[in-house]
Amino acid sequence: MSARHIVVVGASLAGSRTARALRDQGFDGRLTLVGDEPHAPYDRPPLSKQLLADAWEFDDIALPSTDDLDADLRTGVPAAALRLADRELVLADGDRVGWDGLVIATGAAARPWPATVPDGVHTLRTLDDARALRRDLTAAGARLLVVGAGFLGSEVAATAVALGVPTTLVEAEELPMARAIGAVAGDFVARLHQEAGVDLRTGTTVRSFTGADRVTGADLGDGTHVPATVVLLALGAVPHTAWLRGSGLRVDGAVVCDEYGRVLAEDGTVVPDVVAVGDVSRRPHPLADGPADGTLHLGHWSAAVEHSALAARVLLHPAGDGDLPEPPVTVPSFWSDLHGVRIRSLGLPHLADEARTVEHDLPGRRLEISYHRDGEPIGALTVDRARRLAAYRPLLVEAARRRRAAPTTVGSVPTTV
Amino acid sequence: MHIHVDMNRCESHGQCVFAAPDHFSFDEDDTLVVHQGVPDGPEGEAVRAALREAAAACPVQAITLQDTHHGAGAGA
Repeated sequence: MSARHIVVVGASLAGSRTARALRDQGFDGRLTLVGDEPHAPYDRPPLSKQLLADAWEFDDIALPSTDDLDADLRTGVPAAALRLADRELVLADGDRVGWDGLVIATGAAARPWPATVPDGVHTLRTLDDARALRRDLTAAGARLLVVGAGFLGSEVAATAVALGVPTTLVEAEELPMARAIGAVAGDFVARLHQEAGVDLRTGTTVRSFTGADRVTGADLGDGTHVPATVVLLALGAVPHTAWLRGSGLRVDGAVVCDEYGRVLAEDGTVVPDVVAVGDVSRRPHPLADGPADGTLHLGHWSAAVEHSALAARVLLHPAGDGDLPEPPVTVPSFWSDLHGVRIRSLGLPHLADEARTVEHDLPGRRLEISYHRDGEPIGALTVDRARRLAAYRPLLVEAARRRRAAPTTVGSVPTTV
Repeated sequence: MHIHVDMNRCESHGQCVFAAPDHFSFDEDDTLVVHQGVPDGPEGEAVRAALREAAAACPVQAITLQDTHHGAGAGA
Protein backbone atom coordinates (compact mmCIF):
# COMPACT_ATOMS: atom_id res chain seq x y z
CA MET A 1 0.00 0.00 0.00
CA SER A 2 1.06 3.58 -0.39
CA ALA A 3 0.29 4.24 3.27
CA ARG A 4 3.19 5.83 5.04
CA HIS A 5 1.68 5.92 8.51
CA ILE A 6 -0.16 2.95 9.98
CA VAL A 7 -1.73 3.40 13.41
CA VAL A 8 -2.56 0.36 15.53
CA VAL A 9 -5.16 1.16 18.21
CA GLY A 10 -4.75 -1.36 21.01
CA ALA A 11 -1.42 -2.72 22.25
CA SER A 12 -2.37 -6.13 23.56
CA LEU A 13 -2.02 -9.49 21.77
CA ALA A 14 -3.87 -8.65 18.54
CA GLY A 15 -2.44 -5.14 18.22
CA SER A 16 1.18 -6.01 18.96
CA ARG A 17 1.02 -9.09 16.73
CA THR A 18 -0.40 -7.04 13.86
CA ALA A 19 2.33 -4.42 14.31
CA ARG A 20 4.93 -7.19 14.08
CA ALA A 21 3.22 -8.79 11.08
CA LEU A 22 3.28 -5.44 9.26
CA ARG A 23 7.05 -5.20 9.70
CA ASP A 24 7.56 -8.90 8.92
CA GLN A 25 5.65 -8.38 5.68
CA GLY A 26 7.88 -5.52 4.64
CA PHE A 27 6.10 -2.36 5.79
CA ASP A 28 8.84 0.25 6.21
CA GLY A 29 6.69 3.32 6.83
CA ARG A 30 5.82 5.02 10.09
CA LEU A 31 4.14 2.78 12.67
CA THR A 32 2.33 3.95 15.81
CA LEU A 33 0.99 1.62 18.50
CA VAL A 34 -1.50 3.14 20.95
CA GLY A 35 -2.56 1.34 24.14
CA ASP A 36 -4.89 2.40 26.96
CA GLU A 37 -3.03 0.48 29.68
CA PRO A 38 0.17 1.84 31.24
CA HIS A 39 2.03 -1.45 30.72
CA ALA A 40 4.01 -2.83 27.80
CA PRO A 41 2.06 -5.51 25.86
CA TYR A 42 1.36 -8.64 27.94
CA ASP A 43 -0.52 -11.91 27.66
CA ARG A 44 -3.88 -12.24 29.44
CA PRO A 45 -4.56 -15.99 29.85
CA PRO A 46 -2.18 -16.38 32.85
CA LEU A 47 -3.98 -13.59 34.76
CA SER A 48 -6.59 -16.04 36.09
CA LYS A 49 -4.04 -18.78 36.73
CA GLN A 50 -0.29 -18.43 37.37
CA LEU A 51 -0.36 -14.68 38.03
CA LEU A 52 -3.28 -14.92 40.43
CA ALA A 53 -1.59 -17.82 42.21
CA ASP A 54 1.41 -15.53 42.84
CA ALA A 55 3.67 -17.88 40.89
CA TRP A 56 4.33 -15.46 38.02
CA GLU A 57 4.94 -11.74 37.69
CA PHE A 58 4.93 -9.29 34.81
CA ASP A 59 8.14 -10.60 33.21
CA ASP A 60 6.53 -14.03 32.85
CA ILE A 61 3.55 -12.71 30.91
CA ALA A 62 5.21 -9.96 28.86
CA LEU A 63 4.60 -10.37 25.13
CA PRO A 64 7.63 -10.09 22.84
CA SER A 65 8.96 -6.55 23.10
CA THR A 66 7.94 -4.11 20.38
CA ASP A 67 11.27 -2.28 20.74
CA ASP A 68 12.67 -3.82 17.56
CA LEU A 69 9.67 -2.72 15.47
CA ASP A 70 10.75 0.90 15.15
CA ALA A 71 7.25 1.84 16.30
CA ASP A 72 6.08 4.79 18.34
CA LEU A 73 4.53 3.03 21.38
CA ARG A 74 2.09 5.27 23.27
CA THR A 75 0.82 3.55 26.41
CA GLY A 76 -1.76 4.80 28.91
CA VAL A 77 -3.74 6.71 26.26
CA PRO A 78 -7.22 5.43 25.33
CA ALA A 79 -8.69 6.21 21.93
CA ALA A 80 -11.60 8.66 22.10
CA ALA A 81 -12.97 8.91 18.57
CA LEU A 82 -12.42 7.95 14.95
CA ARG A 83 -12.89 10.56 12.22
CA LEU A 84 -13.01 8.45 9.12
CA ALA A 85 -13.44 11.22 6.55
CA ASP A 86 -10.37 13.07 7.87
CA ARG A 87 -8.43 9.83 8.46
CA GLU A 88 -7.83 10.96 11.99
CA LEU A 89 -7.75 9.20 15.35
CA VAL A 90 -8.65 11.31 18.38
CA LEU A 91 -7.02 10.28 21.65
CA ALA A 92 -8.41 10.80 25.15
CA ASP A 93 -5.70 13.39 25.88
CA GLY A 94 -7.02 15.45 22.96
CA ASP A 95 -4.19 14.59 20.60
CA ARG A 96 -5.17 13.93 16.98
CA VAL A 97 -3.22 11.35 15.00
CA GLY A 98 -3.50 11.19 11.23
CA TRP A 99 -3.26 7.80 9.55
CA ASP A 100 -3.08 6.24 6.09
CA GLY A 101 -3.89 2.77 7.44
CA LEU A 102 -5.67 1.89 10.68
CA VAL A 103 -5.80 -1.28 12.76
CA ILE A 104 -8.62 -1.46 15.32
CA ALA A 105 -7.46 -3.75 18.13
CA THR A 106 -9.04 -2.27 21.26
CA GLY A 107 -10.11 -5.64 22.67
CA ALA A 108 -12.84 -6.02 25.25
CA ALA A 109 -13.63 -5.06 28.84
CA ALA A 110 -15.11 -7.12 31.64
CA ARG A 111 -18.90 -6.84 31.76
CA PRO A 112 -19.70 -4.71 34.82
CA TRP A 113 -22.40 -5.21 37.47
CA PRO A 114 -25.44 -3.10 36.54
CA ALA A 115 -25.47 -1.26 39.90
CA THR A 116 -22.98 0.30 42.32
CA VAL A 117 -21.01 -2.35 44.21
CA PRO A 118 -19.16 -2.19 47.55
CA ASP A 119 -15.35 -2.43 47.77
CA GLY A 120 -14.02 -5.93 47.35
CA VAL A 121 -16.11 -6.66 44.24
CA HIS A 122 -13.72 -7.16 41.31
CA THR A 123 -13.64 -7.82 37.60
CA LEU A 124 -10.63 -9.41 35.90
CA ARG A 125 -9.36 -8.33 32.53
CA THR A 126 -6.10 -6.46 33.11
CA LEU A 127 -2.85 -6.95 35.01
CA ASP A 128 -3.91 -4.28 37.51
CA ASP A 129 -7.22 -6.13 38.01
CA ALA A 130 -5.33 -9.37 38.70
CA ARG A 131 -3.02 -7.71 41.22
CA ALA A 132 -5.96 -6.15 43.08
CA LEU A 133 -7.83 -9.45 43.17
CA ARG A 134 -4.67 -11.23 44.37
CA ARG A 135 -4.27 -8.77 47.24
CA ASP A 136 -7.78 -9.50 48.50
CA LEU A 137 -7.43 -13.25 47.96
CA THR A 138 -4.23 -13.51 49.93
CA ALA A 139 -5.54 -11.49 52.91
CA ALA A 140 -6.08 -13.45 56.14
CA GLY A 141 -9.53 -15.05 56.37
CA ALA A 142 -10.35 -14.51 52.69
CA ARG A 143 -13.56 -16.09 51.36
CA LEU A 144 -14.24 -15.81 47.63
CA LEU A 145 -17.51 -15.62 45.74
CA VAL A 146 -17.27 -15.97 41.95
CA VAL A 147 -20.29 -14.85 39.93
CA GLY A 148 -20.42 -16.71 36.62
CA ALA A 149 -18.95 -20.17 35.93
CA GLY A 150 -17.68 -19.60 32.40
CA PHE A 151 -14.02 -20.10 31.55
CA LEU A 152 -12.71 -17.13 33.54
CA GLY A 153 -14.91 -17.70 36.58
CA SER A 154 -14.13 -21.41 36.64
CA GLU A 155 -10.39 -20.83 36.36
CA VAL A 156 -10.36 -18.26 39.15
CA ALA A 157 -12.42 -20.55 41.40
CA ALA A 158 -9.93 -23.36 40.72
CA THR A 159 -6.94 -21.13 41.42
CA ALA A 160 -8.51 -19.88 44.66
CA VAL A 161 -9.32 -23.30 46.14
CA ALA A 162 -5.79 -24.41 45.29
CA LEU A 163 -4.61 -21.44 47.39
CA GLY A 164 -6.78 -22.71 50.25
CA VAL A 165 -9.38 -19.96 49.93
CA PRO A 166 -12.97 -21.14 50.62
CA THR A 167 -14.75 -20.50 47.31
CA THR A 168 -18.38 -20.35 46.20
CA LEU A 169 -19.14 -20.33 42.47
CA VAL A 170 -22.58 -19.14 41.38
CA GLU A 171 -23.90 -19.86 37.88
CA ALA A 172 -27.29 -18.93 36.44
CA GLU A 173 -27.35 -21.92 34.07
CA GLU A 174 -27.73 -25.49 35.35
CA LEU A 175 -24.11 -26.37 34.48
CA PRO A 176 -20.83 -24.44 34.11
CA MET A 177 -19.82 -23.51 30.53
CA ALA A 178 -22.80 -25.45 29.15
CA ARG A 179 -23.63 -22.94 26.44
CA ALA A 180 -20.04 -22.99 25.21
CA ILE A 181 -19.23 -26.70 25.39
CA GLY A 182 -22.51 -28.54 26.05
CA ALA A 183 -24.03 -30.52 28.92
CA VAL A 184 -21.62 -33.49 29.06
CA ALA A 185 -18.49 -31.35 29.20
CA GLY A 186 -20.24 -28.87 31.52
CA ASP A 187 -21.14 -31.67 33.90
CA PHE A 188 -17.53 -32.90 33.79
CA VAL A 189 -16.33 -29.42 34.83
CA ALA A 190 -19.00 -29.25 37.57
CA ARG A 191 -17.70 -32.50 39.05
CA LEU A 192 -14.09 -31.27 38.90
CA HIS A 193 -15.18 -28.19 40.86
CA GLN A 194 -17.05 -30.24 43.45
CA GLU A 195 -14.23 -32.75 43.94
CA ALA A 196 -11.78 -29.88 44.47
CA GLY A 197 -14.01 -28.38 47.15
CA VAL A 198 -15.59 -25.49 45.24
CA ASP A 199 -19.09 -24.77 46.58
CA LEU A 200 -20.88 -24.74 43.21
CA ARG A 201 -24.40 -23.21 43.16
CA THR A 202 -26.04 -23.54 39.76
CA GLY A 203 -29.44 -22.43 38.53
CA THR A 204 -29.37 -19.33 40.70
CA THR A 205 -28.08 -15.79 40.49
CA VAL A 206 -26.81 -13.05 42.77
CA ARG A 207 -29.68 -10.73 43.64
CA SER A 208 -27.58 -8.16 45.51
CA PHE A 209 -24.36 -7.72 47.42
CA THR A 210 -24.28 -7.12 51.18
CA GLY A 211 -21.94 -4.78 53.05
CA ALA A 212 -21.94 -1.01 53.17
CA ASP A 213 -18.35 0.03 52.43
CA ARG A 214 -16.78 -3.37 52.10
CA VAL A 215 -18.50 -6.45 50.68
CA THR A 216 -19.63 -9.06 53.25
CA GLY A 217 -21.37 -11.44 50.86
CA ALA A 218 -24.32 -11.75 48.54
CA ASP A 219 -28.00 -12.64 48.63
CA LEU A 220 -28.86 -15.24 46.00
CA GLY A 221 -32.08 -15.70 44.06
CA ASP A 222 -32.72 -18.98 45.88
CA GLY A 223 -33.03 -17.09 49.17
CA THR A 224 -29.65 -18.10 50.60
CA HIS A 225 -26.85 -15.78 51.69
CA VAL A 226 -23.22 -16.45 50.77
CA PRO A 227 -20.61 -14.81 53.02
CA ALA A 228 -17.55 -13.45 51.19
CA THR A 229 -14.68 -11.04 51.77
CA VAL A 230 -13.94 -10.80 48.05
CA VAL A 231 -16.11 -11.19 44.94
CA LEU A 232 -15.17 -11.73 41.31
CA LEU A 233 -17.71 -10.79 38.64
CA ALA A 234 -17.07 -13.12 35.68
CA LEU A 235 -20.01 -12.14 33.49
CA GLY A 236 -18.30 -12.12 30.12
CA ALA A 237 -16.56 -9.50 28.02
CA VAL A 238 -17.85 -6.44 26.20
CA PRO A 239 -15.89 -5.30 23.10
CA HIS A 240 -14.34 -1.83 23.46
CA THR A 241 -16.34 -0.01 20.79
CA ALA A 242 -17.65 3.08 22.62
CA TRP A 243 -14.95 5.23 21.00
CA LEU A 244 -16.32 4.28 17.55
CA ARG A 245 -19.79 5.71 18.20
CA GLY A 246 -20.68 8.06 15.37
CA SER A 247 -17.70 6.94 13.28
CA GLY A 248 -19.85 5.41 10.54
CA LEU A 249 -18.50 1.91 11.11
CA ARG A 250 -20.92 -0.98 11.52
CA VAL A 251 -20.82 -2.08 15.15
CA ASP A 252 -22.97 -4.99 16.28
CA GLY A 253 -21.66 -5.68 19.76
CA ALA A 254 -18.26 -5.86 18.05
CA VAL A 255 -16.79 -4.20 14.96
CA VAL A 256 -18.22 -6.01 11.93
CA CYS A 257 -15.64 -7.22 9.41
CA ASP A 258 -15.51 -9.30 6.28
CA GLU A 259 -13.61 -12.59 6.31
CA TYR A 260 -10.32 -10.74 5.72
CA GLY A 261 -10.79 -8.45 8.70
CA ARG A 262 -11.62 -5.38 6.62
CA VAL A 263 -14.15 -3.31 8.54
CA LEU A 264 -17.57 -2.52 7.09
CA ALA A 265 -19.36 0.81 7.01
CA GLU A 266 -22.93 1.11 8.25
CA ASP A 267 -24.13 0.53 4.68
CA GLY A 268 -22.20 -2.75 4.50
CA THR A 269 -19.47 -1.59 2.11
CA VAL A 270 -15.80 -2.22 2.86
CA VAL A 271 -14.01 0.77 4.41
CA PRO A 272 -10.67 1.18 2.64
CA ASP A 273 -7.45 0.86 4.66
CA VAL A 274 -9.11 -0.01 7.98
CA VAL A 275 -8.98 -3.48 9.56
CA ALA A 276 -10.06 -4.87 12.93
CA VAL A 277 -8.45 -7.77 14.78
CA GLY A 278 -8.96 -9.80 17.93
CA ASP A 279 -11.65 -9.49 20.59
CA VAL A 280 -13.06 -6.20 19.29
CA SER A 281 -14.02 -7.75 15.94
CA ARG A 282 -16.62 -10.09 14.56
CA ARG A 283 -16.42 -11.75 11.15
CA PRO A 284 -17.82 -14.61 9.08
CA HIS A 285 -16.38 -18.09 9.53
CA PRO A 286 -16.91 -20.91 7.02
CA LEU A 287 -17.77 -23.36 9.82
CA ALA A 288 -20.52 -21.02 11.00
CA ASP A 289 -22.84 -20.31 8.13
CA GLY A 290 -25.76 -20.54 10.54
CA PRO A 291 -25.81 -17.34 12.63
CA ALA A 292 -28.41 -14.93 11.34
CA ASP A 293 -26.04 -12.01 10.73
CA GLY A 294 -23.36 -14.27 9.26
CA THR A 295 -20.61 -13.13 11.62
CA LEU A 296 -19.12 -14.52 14.82
CA HIS A 297 -17.48 -12.93 17.81
CA LEU A 298 -15.10 -15.46 19.34
CA GLY A 299 -12.67 -13.73 21.69
CA HIS A 300 -10.14 -16.57 21.50
CA TRP A 301 -6.40 -16.10 21.95
CA SER A 302 -5.62 -18.00 18.76
CA ALA A 303 -8.15 -15.96 16.76
CA ALA A 304 -6.24 -12.78 17.61
CA VAL A 305 -3.04 -14.39 16.34
CA GLU A 306 -4.64 -15.57 13.08
CA HIS A 307 -6.36 -12.22 12.46
CA SER A 308 -3.12 -10.29 12.77
CA ALA A 309 -1.21 -11.88 9.89
CA LEU A 310 -4.21 -11.64 7.55
CA ALA A 311 -4.98 -8.05 8.55
CA ALA A 312 -1.42 -6.99 7.84
CA ARG A 313 -1.59 -8.60 4.42
CA VAL A 314 -4.81 -6.91 3.30
CA LEU A 315 -3.61 -3.57 4.68
CA LEU A 316 -0.37 -3.78 2.71
CA HIS A 317 -1.93 -5.27 -0.44
CA PRO A 318 -5.40 -3.78 -0.84
CA ALA A 319 -7.30 -5.06 -3.85
CA GLY A 320 -10.81 -5.41 -5.16
CA ASP A 321 -12.77 -8.47 -4.11
CA GLY A 322 -11.87 -10.27 -7.31
CA ASP A 323 -8.15 -9.95 -6.72
CA LEU A 324 -7.88 -11.12 -3.13
CA PRO A 325 -7.02 -14.78 -2.66
CA GLU A 326 -9.63 -16.88 -0.86
CA PRO A 327 -9.09 -16.36 2.88
CA PRO A 328 -7.29 -19.27 4.53
CA VAL A 329 -9.50 -21.79 6.34
CA THR A 330 -8.74 -21.53 10.03
CA VAL A 331 -10.17 -23.68 12.78
CA PRO A 332 -11.00 -21.79 15.98
CA SER A 333 -9.42 -23.19 19.12
CA PHE A 334 -9.57 -22.38 22.80
CA TRP A 335 -8.42 -23.86 26.06
CA SER A 336 -8.89 -23.74 29.79
CA ASP A 337 -6.67 -25.06 32.58
CA LEU A 338 -8.34 -25.84 35.88
CA HIS A 339 -7.94 -28.26 38.77
CA GLY A 340 -4.85 -29.70 37.11
CA VAL A 341 -6.54 -30.73 33.85
CA ARG A 342 -6.17 -29.30 30.38
CA ILE A 343 -9.38 -28.67 28.50
CA ARG A 344 -8.65 -28.17 24.81
CA SER A 345 -11.22 -27.44 22.14
CA LEU A 346 -11.40 -26.98 18.38
CA GLY A 347 -14.08 -25.58 16.12
CA LEU A 348 -17.38 -24.10 17.26
CA PRO A 349 -18.91 -26.46 19.87
CA HIS A 350 -21.45 -23.78 20.86
CA LEU A 351 -23.12 -24.09 17.44
CA ALA A 352 -23.46 -27.89 17.57
CA ASP A 353 -26.84 -29.61 17.39
CA GLU A 354 -25.31 -32.91 18.51
CA ALA A 355 -22.47 -33.89 20.88
CA ARG A 356 -21.08 -37.42 20.74
CA THR A 357 -19.15 -38.62 23.79
CA VAL A 358 -16.23 -40.75 22.63
CA GLU A 359 -14.56 -41.17 26.03
CA HIS A 360 -15.70 -40.15 29.52
CA ASP A 361 -13.44 -41.09 32.42
CA LEU A 362 -13.84 -38.72 35.36
CA PRO A 363 -11.49 -40.56 37.77
CA GLY A 364 -8.86 -40.78 35.00
CA ARG A 365 -9.42 -37.11 34.08
CA ARG A 366 -10.04 -37.97 30.44
CA LEU A 367 -12.79 -36.73 28.13
CA GLU A 368 -13.31 -36.71 24.38
CA ILE A 369 -16.37 -35.24 22.69
CA SER A 370 -17.03 -34.62 19.00
CA TYR A 371 -19.56 -31.95 18.05
CA HIS A 372 -21.72 -31.96 14.94
CA ARG A 373 -24.18 -29.75 13.12
CA ASP A 374 -26.46 -31.03 10.38
CA GLY A 375 -24.47 -34.28 10.67
CA GLU A 376 -21.21 -32.52 9.77
CA PRO A 377 -18.27 -32.13 12.19
CA ILE A 378 -18.19 -28.66 13.77
CA GLY A 379 -15.97 -29.11 16.82
CA ALA A 380 -14.17 -31.32 19.31
CA LEU A 381 -13.14 -31.13 22.93
CA THR A 382 -10.75 -33.21 24.98
CA VAL A 383 -9.48 -33.29 28.53
CA ASP A 384 -5.85 -34.40 28.60
CA ARG A 385 -6.13 -36.02 25.16
CA ALA A 386 -4.15 -33.58 23.01
CA ARG A 387 -3.07 -36.27 20.55
CA ARG A 388 -6.66 -37.23 19.84
CA LEU A 389 -7.75 -33.61 19.54
CA ALA A 390 -5.14 -32.96 16.86
CA ALA A 391 -6.70 -35.69 14.72
CA TYR A 392 -9.94 -33.69 14.49
CA ARG A 393 -8.35 -30.68 12.90
CA PRO A 394 -8.10 -31.97 9.30
CA LEU A 395 -11.72 -33.13 9.55
CA LEU A 396 -12.80 -29.64 10.60
CA VAL A 397 -10.79 -28.00 7.83
CA GLU A 398 -12.55 -30.24 5.31
CA ALA A 399 -15.96 -29.53 6.86
CA ALA A 400 -15.27 -25.79 6.66
CA ARG A 401 -14.27 -26.12 3.00
CA ARG A 402 -17.47 -28.02 2.21
CA ARG A 403 -19.60 -25.43 3.99
CA ARG A 404 -17.85 -22.59 2.23
CA ALA A 405 -18.49 -24.26 -1.12
CA ALA A 406 -22.15 -24.97 -0.32
CA PRO A 407 -23.36 -22.75 2.52
CA THR A 408 -26.61 -23.56 4.27
CA THR A 409 -28.59 -21.32 6.55
CA VAL A 410 -30.46 -21.98 9.75
CA GLY A 411 -33.84 -23.56 9.07
CA SER A 412 -33.04 -24.56 5.51
CA VAL A 413 -32.66 -28.12 4.31
CA PRO A 414 -28.99 -29.13 4.82
CA THR A 415 -27.12 -29.16 1.56
CA THR A 416 -25.97 -32.56 0.40
CA VAL A 417 -22.22 -32.65 -0.09
CA MET B 1 16.80 -24.79 10.42
CA HIS B 2 16.84 -26.25 13.92
CA ILE B 3 13.61 -26.43 15.97
CA HIS B 4 13.97 -25.90 19.69
CA VAL B 5 11.08 -26.42 22.12
CA ASP B 6 11.32 -25.40 25.76
CA MET B 7 9.59 -28.42 27.27
CA ASN B 8 9.34 -26.66 30.64
CA ARG B 9 6.95 -24.22 29.00
CA CYS B 10 5.08 -26.61 26.66
CA GLU B 11 1.48 -27.22 27.80
CA SER B 12 0.47 -29.47 24.88
CA HIS B 13 -1.82 -26.87 23.31
CA GLY B 14 -1.17 -28.47 19.94
CA GLN B 15 -1.11 -25.26 17.90
CA CYS B 16 2.26 -26.30 16.43
CA VAL B 17 0.88 -29.72 15.53
CA PHE B 18 -1.97 -27.99 13.67
CA ALA B 19 0.34 -25.61 11.82
CA ALA B 20 3.20 -27.98 10.96
CA PRO B 21 2.11 -31.61 11.45
CA ASP B 22 5.19 -33.00 9.70
CA HIS B 23 7.45 -31.53 12.37
CA PHE B 24 5.40 -31.71 15.56
CA SER B 25 3.31 -34.54 16.98
CA PHE B 26 2.19 -35.96 20.33
CA ASP B 27 3.24 -39.32 21.71
CA GLU B 28 0.86 -41.65 23.58
CA ASP B 29 1.27 -39.55 26.75
CA ASP B 30 0.48 -36.27 24.96
CA THR B 31 4.11 -35.21 25.22
CA LEU B 32 5.23 -33.12 22.26
CA VAL B 33 7.65 -34.81 19.85
CA VAL B 34 9.74 -32.66 17.51
CA HIS B 35 10.79 -33.98 14.12
CA GLN B 36 13.86 -32.13 12.82
CA GLY B 37 15.11 -32.44 9.28
CA VAL B 38 13.91 -29.14 7.83
CA PRO B 39 15.26 -28.88 4.27
CA ASP B 40 17.62 -25.97 3.66
CA GLY B 41 17.48 -23.93 0.50
CA PRO B 42 14.55 -22.72 -1.57
CA GLU B 43 12.76 -26.10 -1.56
CA GLY B 44 12.32 -25.81 2.22
CA GLU B 45 10.75 -22.35 2.21
CA ALA B 46 7.14 -23.58 2.52
CA VAL B 47 8.17 -25.79 5.43
CA ARG B 48 10.00 -22.95 7.13
CA ALA B 49 6.96 -20.70 6.68
CA ALA B 50 4.77 -23.34 8.36
CA LEU B 51 7.28 -23.59 11.20
CA ARG B 52 7.31 -19.82 11.68
CA GLU B 53 3.51 -19.98 11.81
CA ALA B 54 3.76 -22.77 14.39
CA ALA B 55 6.15 -20.75 16.54
CA ALA B 56 3.91 -17.68 16.34
CA ALA B 57 0.82 -19.72 17.24
CA CYS B 58 2.32 -21.22 20.40
CA PRO B 59 0.33 -19.79 23.33
CA VAL B 60 3.30 -20.14 25.69
CA GLN B 61 6.06 -19.07 23.26
CA ALA B 62 7.93 -22.33 23.76
CA ILE B 63 9.24 -22.65 20.18
CA THR B 64 12.39 -21.02 18.82
CA LEU B 65 13.76 -21.54 15.34
CA GLN B 66 17.45 -21.28 14.51
CA ASP B 67 18.72 -20.94 10.98
CA THR B 68 21.47 -23.47 10.42
CA HIS B 69 22.13 -22.94 6.72
CA HIS B 70 24.08 -19.77 6.11
CA GLY B 71 22.00 -17.29 4.17
CA ALA B 72 19.19 -19.64 3.19
CA GLY B 73 15.75 -18.41 4.07
CA ALA B 74 16.97 -15.07 5.36
CA GLY B 75 14.53 -12.32 4.57
CA ALA B 76 12.33 -14.67 2.56
